[in-house]
Order: sequence, then structure tokens, then C-alpha cells
Amino acid sequence: MSRLPFYLLTGILLVAGIALSIHRHIQFEVPWTPGEQRQVWEIEAQVNFSAQGDPVLVDMALPSHQQGYRILTENTASSGYGLSFLEDQRGRRAQWSTREAAGAQQLYYSAQLLVVPDGRPREIQPPPLPDNIHWESPFASAANQVIEHAHQRSADPFTFTRELVRDFTGDRQGENARLLLTQFDRTPLLVRLLNEAGVHAREVSGLLLEDGRRRQNLTSWLQVFGEDGKWVLFNPRTGEQGRPDNLLLWEDRGQAVLEVQGGINSNISFSMIQHNQPAAAAVRNQLADNTLLNFSIHSLPLEEQALFQTILLIPIGALVVVFLRVLVGIKTSGTFMPVLIALAFIQTTLLTGLVGFLLVVAVGLVIRSYLSHLNLLLVARVSAVIITVIGIISVFSVLSYRFGLNAGLTITFFPMIILSWTIERMSILWEEEGPKEVLIQGGGSLLTAVLAYLAMNNPWVRHITFNFLGVQMILMSLILLLGNYTGYRLLELRRFKPVTED
Amino acid sequence: MWTTPGKLRAKGIIGMNRRNIRYIGRYNDRHLYPLVDDKLKTKLLAHEYGITTPALIGTVATQFGVKHITDMIAGLSGFVIKPAKGSGGKGILVIERVEDNVYIKPSGARLERVDLERHVSNILSGLYSLGGTPDVAVVEALINFDETFAEYTYEGVPDIRVIVFKGYPVMAMMRLSTAASDGKANLHQGAVGVGVDIASGTALRGVQFDRPRTDHPDTRHELASLRIPGWETLLTLAASCYEMTGLGYLGTDMVLDREHGPMLLELNARPGLAIQMANGEGLRPRLDLIERQAEGADVAARVAFAQQHFARSGELQPTPLPQSERLAADVQDT
Repeated sequence: MSRLPFYLLTGILLVAGIALSIHRHIQFEVPWTPGEQRQVWEIEAQVNFSAQGDPVLVDMALPSHQQGYRILTENTASSGYGLSFLEDQRGRRAQWSTREAAGAQQLYYSAQLLVVPDGRPREIQPPPLPDNIHWESPFASAANQVIEHAHQRSADPFTFTRELVRDFTGDRQGENARLLLTQFDRTPLLVRLLNEAGVHAREVSGLLLEDGRRRQNLTSWLQVFGEDGKWVLFNPRTGEQGRPDNLLLWEDRGQAVLEVQGGINSNISFSMIQHNQPAAAAVRNQLADNTLLNFSIHSLPLEEQALFQTILLIPIGALVVVFLRVLVGIKTSGTFMPVLIALAFIQTTLLTGLVGFLLVVAVGLVIRSYLSHLNLLLVARVSAVIITVIGIISVFSVLSYRFGLNAGLTITFFPMIILSWTIERMSILWEEEGPKEVLIQGGGSLLTAVLAYLAMNNPWVRHITFNFLGVQMILMSLILLLGNYTGYRLLELRRFKPVTED
Repeated sequence: MWTTPGKLRAKGIIGMNRRNIRYIGRYNDRHLYPLVDDKLKTKLLAHEYGITTPALIGTVATQFGVKHITDMIAGLSGFVIKPAKGSGGKGILVIERVEDNVYIKPSGARLERVDLERHVSNILSGLYSLGGTPDVAVVEALINFDETFAEYTYEGVPDIRVIVFKGYPVMAMMRLSTAASDGKANLHQGAVGVGVDIASGTALRGVQFDRPRTDHPDTRHELASLRIPGWETLLTLAASCYEMTGLGYLGTDMVLDREHGPMLLELNARPGLAIQMANGEGLRPRLDLIERQAEGADVAARVAFAQQHFARSGELQPTPLPQSERLAADVQDT
């Protein structure tokens, strides 16, 4: 009988599990440890305009995922307006519309952005060069001279841009530059000159993020494309090359940031605030893309997520049980009963859980020993034990509440059917094998439950199991491997010792 | 207090994990388990194959029938009530004598009719069965055990466990009940296990609670002189259980009846590992040897093979007379 398929299966599970986890770590920046803090920016854009009583259409550019920033959530507030999000060649846009509006109007858009330290720049298709750039007569020669001047002192599109911007800045600002600036705005002019010189470039709008700033405006930047498709940002005011770390590109397609039809005096202003939050919370807020690889519990509603957080821990408890039974050889009463007890411990905390469990089982055993004299059928007897357990739990809850011990109330988290069966089993064990065996099996169950609790309640384990579904595959392969173990159990080394003493 | 895996491996000891995966998992088909987990089925099957078992007095299958238990046992001086699907000796009630409607256990405990009825009712509701499923109570004739063992046991009937692997008897031990085990023959409850030589049926070594013993803790009788009469018949009986059940790794529990000789008491598809302790030797070398044998040998050939290859001499210090007897027996057997 070949074991090859078995090892193949476990190998595939292991590799797939690790690969999925690493994919989630790298692609979605899910950290390995729960304690890590992540920087999150909350940005609010406020659109103001005066409506004229006609139909209004407001079209605003929206930021998208980009180098350094990932959008977690976005919200809008705009009473009386219809809203739709569009994504086309003009980039992501929000469109508000209403049939009739008059007076001052305010529309709000807010977004939460996660700061991602090591994002890569996105590949963008360079914009086409305009076919024909027309200059009025005095400006044509000025433009030509400026271009010629910069061209002589440059080697490629990027150095050309730097030289060009410098010619429009500070001391180096020449006569030609001053002439051109009387007719054109600075950034559109620079784009026009760059295009004239055959360089792919456009104007983009960005927001410089500073904590706690209000009424900020977008600044315009030059996006210049090299011959190999790479692009670089330039500050059109200083000629500085490169993207500042705190720059969020709001509009990166060379389109208008805000277009308002049916309104006048429109403007857009921004306020922002920065805060740190635990990485796990930041992950939870990530927008779910509907791809298979992003198959994630986080796409479920919050209530179901909380449920899954517990469910995904059960394999950890199962692994502890398998480990203790197969490798150590501990006897438990009921194979997975310790896992259920451990789940209850998570709700009650360990000490109150242990005390409560021992109290309920001890009192239950006393009452059960009386029930065994009544000569009842099994199902009826266990049902009677269930009711007894409920009674014990109620009495303990009330008593502990009267004495001001609120921790005692958590006793209700114990699964009562499981407790009843435990009492029934222990009672039979007591009658047949004596109290020693009850201590061995009961102690083994409790020890297993405590170890399973410690494993399941570990913050790191909770974080890993909840955020990396691939871990379930790794656990599966580990359990499969343990199920294949034919060696000795730890306790057998003691049990069989006399045989080796001859 | 602890030993090393290397030492255990050198002794050929097999552990639980290896037993479960390598032997039970591989040689015992799941669908055959009911044949041995249900003692009633085993009994009927054994009857078909001509294997002697304790006489069946009757069965109780319904709570309604519980009231008729006294009719069933009327006039009997002793009987045994057991759950058909019980495990590990749980729920077996032995009544040795009946005096004026009082039922007396081997320990001397006296039971009333209601106690009997409650026990049967408990059996039916599945208290002793695997997984708590509803069960059937089986009433059997009491075994009149061979008086030669009277000195070796306390209260209960000593039984003989033979591990049968692919039809070959590979290892055997006798289980002697003690006061500590409450008359039960389960080693983990405190019964004495005596390793028995496959070739001759003589004692090799005794253990109680996994520690070596040379005498019975209650009767103080030394174990070295223990010798099982009708050994070859017993081995043949055990080995033929392979054909009967089809289970490759089987524990057969036999008893010796005064009149009927060796009898099959029950079968176990998951026999324990304590037999290795009683024999002072691991099962592994013997199982490995059997695995190398060709299939298809008949019962007599398998018993002969086992007797030839698994002969051991005891480490107990025997009294001079039984030793000469045993030597003679060894010469005859080989």
C-alpha cells in the first residue's frame, strides 16, 4: 500500500496553506502579529457651490489605491442627491445629481486611507501627445527659446523637465518665461511646453497630508513619462523631482477634479486627521475585492465575522487534542469535550471557568449518584441530569450575584448538554473503575481543556487563524501527519519501562 | 521512571499508535467489527463454525421483557448476564448461587430481584454499550471453571487471551482476577497477567499493575507452576476464529470449562497491549515474521508454525517437579 498519495496530499495542503498566507501578507499587508500599529488617514472633501434652481450634476474625481496608500472605506453625505460611483478611462469619479436645487449646496465625501510603507508605483499608460499645439505670435518664439534653452542642458525627459521648471523659477526666471506666464497658468503652461518638446506629461492633482489640517486645497503636480513608460512627479513650483511621502494623488488622469453643471462658485476643500490603529482593525476595514484569492472572512457581515472568529479557533483546539492523545497519550473523557470546555473558558476566563466547572461537575456527581438509585432509563436519567445542571448553574449565578461576584455569572456559558454527559460518564466511570480513573480521565480532560484554552486564547493565534485562512490548511496537514504517526506515545515510555528492565 | 524509544524498539514493543494504524487499521475491516462487538452475533457465528461457547440461556431485548428475567433464570443455580455490545468487561453480572430468590455474586454481595431487573434495564438502555446505543442483554450459563486454577484466582474466572494475527496465534496470557480487580479479569483494574508460552502453555512471567509478580497477590500461590491443560486445542480454537470473523488482528478470550474444555468467551477487534508486559517481550518480531508468511495455511499448520517459532522458556523460578514435566512437554511438542 503506497503512502505516496498521502504525503502528496499533505505536502500540497502545507504548501498551499503557506503560499496563501504569504500571499495575504504581501498582497493585502496583513501583518503577522496583532500588536502592529498602522497609520490611518481620515480625509474629508467638502464640495461647495451655489445652485441656480436647475438640475445639478456634480462630477468629482476620487482617489484610488496607489503607492503608499490603500483606501479602506469611503462614505458620502449628500441629502437630496442621487449618487453613483463610476470607473472609466477618466479614473474613479463620484457623480451627484438632483433634479432641482437652489442656494448654497454642500456635498461631503470622506475616505479612510491606510498608510502602506512599501507599495510599488503603478504602471500607467502615458497620455498621448496633443496633435497640434497652437501658440499666438509673440509666445511662439518665446516658447521655442525656452525649450531650446532647456533642451541643450538636458539628456532625457526628466532632466529636461527639471531644467524647464528651473527656467520658470526664482532667479533663473528669464524674460521669455515671464512673458509666457502673463498669458498662461504655470502648470498648464509647463505641460504645454513639455508636450511641444515631445515629452509625454500631464497635470495631476494631489493632496499634501498634514495631521489636523482643515480647508486645504489640492496642489497641482507634473507627471512626466520617460521613454520606457516610467513616470516621475515634479513640483511645478520648485522643479523638485519625486513624490513627497505625504502626497496623496487625488486625480491622476489629467482630468478636472470637480465639474459642476447647474451651479456656480464651486470649490472643493479638504480636512484631514491622522490616527494609529491596531493592524487587525485596519485589516478589517479593507474593502473586499471580489476575487477568489481574497477569499476572506472579512467580506462577511460583522456578526458572522465574530462567529467565525470562534469557529476558526476550533481546529487549534483539535490540534492540541490530537497532539496530547497521539504524542503524549493523555486520556480524556470524550474525545473533543475538552475543546468545548476550552471554548467556554474563553467566555468565562480561566480561573472562574475552572472553579465553575469543578463546582458544577462535583455537585452534579452527588445528585447523579442519588439518581442512580432511582433505577431510571438512561435517556430519562441524562435528561434529569441536564435539568439538574441548569438548576445548579442558576443557583450559582444567583448566589454569586448576591455576593457581588459578577464573574460567577459567566458560568452560563458552559455547554449544559456537554456538562451533563460529562457528569454521566464520570459517574459511570466512578462506579465501574473507581475514583482513581475518574481523577485520571477528568484530570486529563481538564488539562487538555486548559492547554487548548491557552492555545486558543493566545492573541497571536487568534490573529493568525482569523486573518489567514491558509493556516487552516497548514493545521489540516499537521493533523493528517500526526494521524500517520506509528511511534511511541510519551506516557508509553513510562508504561512499558518494566519490560526493558530485565 | 522513563525509558527511551530505542530500548522499547529493541524489545520489539509496539505502542498504541502503531497498533491502531499498522495492524488494526490495516488488517481489521470495519464492516466486520459488529461480528465481535456484538457478543450475541459472535456466539451465533461461533456455533455455526463449531467453536464452543458458554451455553446461551436467553436474551432480553425489550424493557417489557425485563419483568420476565426471573422466569428465564428460574431453577438455575448460577448464570451470567452481560450486555451484547459491552466493552472492557463493563456490565457483566455474575451470579454464582441463588438462595431463596436472593442472588449471590462471587464476592458474596447479595442482590434482590429488582437489582437484577435494574441491571438488565440499564443494559437495554445502552449504559454499557459502545456509544450508548440501545443494547440487548444476554443470559449465559455459568462457567464451571477448571479446579486446577482455583489456587491462581480470586473470585472470578481466569481467562486466557490469545492474540491471533492473520490466523496465527502469536502471543498468549492468562488473566487472573484479584481482590484489587474486584473479580474482573481486566489488567488495568488490577488483575494479574501471566505470560504463557505459545509452545507449551506454561507460565513465563507474571505482572500486576505493569510490575513483575511471582505469586498471586491474594492466594499467595506461586505462578511458575501454572500450566494450561488442553493447550493445543485451545490454540486451534483461537486460530480458527480468523476464518470465522475474517479479522486479521484479533484478541480471543478463552476460558477452560470443567466439562467442555476450552471455550470461546468473546472476541476483541482492538486487543490491548498489556500482553507484551505479561510476556516480557514485544509483539513486533512475531508480527513481522507472520507478515512474511504466505497466505492460505490451514489452522493446524498455523498452530504448528506458531508453536515451533514462538517457544520460550519461563523466567519464573519453578519448583523442581513441574520443571521436569514441562521439559517433557516441550520435547513432545516439538
